[in-house]
Amino acid sequence: MPSHAETYPPDAPPPRLELRGITKRFPGCLANDHVDLVLQPGEIHALLGENGAGKSTLVKMIYGVLHPDSGTMLWQGAETIVPDPAGARRLGIGMVFQHFSLFDTLTVTENIALGLDNAGPMDQLAGRIREVSERYGLALDPGRHVFHLSVGERQRVEIVRCLLQDPKLLIMDEPTSVLTPQEAAKLFETLRVLAAEGCTILYISHKLEEIRALCSRATVLRAGKVVGATDPRQETARSLAEMMMGAELSTPERPPQGVAGVARLTVRHLSTTSDNPFATNLKDVNFEVRAGEILGIAGVAGNGQAELMAALSGEVLLADADAVVIEGTSAGHLGPRARRTLGLAFVPEERLGRGAVPELSLSENALLSGYAREPLVRGGMVHFARARAYAETIIRGFNVVAHGHRAEARSLSGGNLQKFIIGREILQKPKLLVVGQPTWGVDAGAAAAIHKALIDLARSGAAVLVISQDLDELFVLSDRISVLFHGRLSDSRPTHETTVERIGLLMGGLFGTPPDEDGEITRAV
Amino acid sequence: MNDLALIGPILAAMFAAATPLLFAALGELVVEKSGVLNLGVEGMMLVGAVCGFAVTVQTGSAVTGFLVAAFAGAATASLFAVLTLFLLANQVATGLALTLFGVGLSALIGQGFVGIPLEGLPKLFIPGLTDMPVVGQALFGQDIMVYLAVAAVPLVHLFLYRTRAGLVLRAVGENHTAAHALGYKVLRIRFFAVLFGGAMAGLGGAFLSMDYTPMWAENMTSGRGWIALALVVFATWKPVRAMLGAWLFGGVTILQLHVQGLGIDVPSQLLSMLPYLATVLVLVLISRDVARIRLNAPACLGKLFHPDA
Repeated sequence: MPSHAETYPPDAPPPRLELRGITKRFPGCLANDHVDLVLQPGEIHALLGENGAGKSTLVKMIYGVLHPDSGTMLWQGAETIVPDPAGARRLGIGMVFQHFSLFDTLTVTENIALGLDNAGPMDQLAGRIREVSERYGLALDPGRHVFHLSVGERQRVEIVRCLLQDPKLLIMDEPTSVLTPQEAAKLFETLRVLAAEGCTILYISHKLEEIRALCSRATVLRAGKVVGATDPRQETARSLAEMMMGAELSTPERPPQGVAGVARLTVRHLSTTSDNPFATNLKDVNFEVRAGEILGIAGVAGNGQAELMAALSGEVLLADADAVVIEGTSAGHLGPRARRTLGLAFVPEERLGRGAVPELSLSENALLSGYAREPLVRGGMVHFARARAYAETIIRGFNVVAHGHRAEARSLSGGNLQKFIIGREILQKPKLLVVGQPTWGVDAGAAAAIHKALIDLARSGAAVLVISQDLDELFVLSDRISVLFHGRLSDSRPTHETTVERIGLLMGGLFGTPPDEDGEITRAV
Repeated sequence: MNDLALIGPILAAMFAAATPLLFAALGELVVEKSGVLNLGVEGMMLVGAVCGFAVTVQTGSAVTGFLVAAFAGAATASLFAVLTLFLLANQVATGLALTLFGVGLSALIGQGFVGIPLEGLPKLFIPGLTDMPVVGQALFGQDIMVYLAVAAVPLVHLFLYRTRAGLVLRAVGENHTAAHALGYKVLRIRFFAVLFGGAMAGLGGAFLSMDYTPMWAENMTSGRGWIALALVVFATWKPVRAMLGAWLFGGVTILQLHVQGLGIDVPSQLLSMLPYLATVLVLVLISRDVARIRLNAPACLGKLFHPDA
């Protein structure tokens, strides 16, 4: 057992959890290969690794969702098998999932009751929820339906659900990927209090600065194996990233912006209404993106990003044709294809389902948006040789790891598929590129490549609009940053004149404007 | 004067006509709340109808007949459950196949029973109440199954919205991945929901063959299973609204008979289309309210679930 460095004296309390030689194999991949892990009481322990390194598989086995093929698990010194999540909860293991396991149409109390094995009567449970949420500074209204809640509030529901079971080990899977910096800071306070009370926290994140601030130990996984254990406070974010990748990290340089060119996209008084009760309506959104610049739009998910993307792409047609002007042409009433003809290219947030058809091959997917500007179709007939050549150009040009142009889109990892989709759009030489969450769930190497491609595109004279929740990303990419909150867009600020804290406050709704009629702005988190 | 005398019997007949719809719709409502779309209601009703009828003819016991009908409905549904839940067959196709299967199977079982008369269930009679004018017979002169169907409405409502088991069932229908991650047995819960739906459809069918028109004829449900399916959407998955909907459709059915009885000159074919036309019309109207559908429709309706994916 190679990384069994930790030895403890026989009279010391046993570790909270110890994994020895945990192995899990899926068809075609070895997800965990003899993983060893020791978690002490009261420590905040980071689990690091790129996408597909096996972090999620490992924690799912700890929580009893999956079962190891071999290896042993010791809980407080005694060998244990976790049969299912209920069994994990009985031991005192709680988990906050990356994709929340919440039920939109149920209330907070009902959602929490579902995660408890002895929930008791609903009104008593609501009282206990209030008590715990006050004690840890996690404001929650037990009677509200989950679809009304912001993403930060949803996460609080998950955390309170775990806390109600007095957990001894709390697993957090990418907890801050959806939070504003201020919300994240509050979460860290809660976690530190919990750790001081003796609860062990296993913390999974991509955000290395965060891990350096919060965690006292880190275990690094690469391709299913433990490749190192370290004290993250002694490392730099760069050295941690290189440990995860097993290679050197090249970060893109953003050359100073030249003279901003003509406005390629102008949005004027854009408002939307939707039948969908879960939608956020846009309220009088105004901005423009000029040739040669990257405009970043920050904001926590669910504040109107999806609606803005749909209004820009043409997926939703607008009553007011002048609300969206592309290259001087009013385009609000035009569909996606007509807008592409005007020079718009578009990378939606959902890679599978919007950005690409999961079951189609890469060359067919290349054709789907490429045909508007590339000569891939002649007289209604697909020119397959050209589509293939186009797909292969993308694969080569953007270092997409795939089994050739015949590979199904869904067989690619998130990062590779995203490189392919962005490559497909960029190779069409768009005058205007709109990108949603360009590097969501993408590992550090692919993210750097994508960032470089976007910066190069802007410097070659295109206008680029990036809508993202990841502030670090926006500060790397953008020339100007705006914030979307409750369907309203703040004025933009040049990136070098603002700070992460300032943008974070805007993301929480502190626009510095008086509260509007329904008082939404004052509901800052 | 003549008109007023008619209202009493029409009301009474309306509640009776609504009963098979109500049984089947309540069952399907629970099934759909768990996230399963079983389009085989018509087939399950027919199997329940013929089995209940056959057993009652053989044993002379209506209670046994109804129990066997519920069991037969559940058994038919279990076929659907095994195919869709454990063998991951497409729910729509399997449900349609189940209806066709039920039509054929019930005709086969019923071969020897065509034309045999049955007595039907005794009607309630409470002196002073049942002989009240207009509403007396409608409210206090029905048989036990009509009251049972109505009693099932608050029971289903309480189960879904006041018990933990009901909460878990709704959660499974809303987001099966999350429910699974929390450790709930999605497939087992859906299996039992489908069985319940089958039993209720069986009772609805048996009410037709043993009580409403006490005899067996091939295909005697004549589309009521489909109306029950539509009722669930019409009711936006709420039991009380399903009851109101069942009365409405029961009323339309009865109206059609009485219009013919009154000698109004409308082609009878047109009148027999009436309940189905009404179904389509109401569905179109109800579907305009997207918000209400979205808030009440089980989000995982009709989606297959693999526990290991």
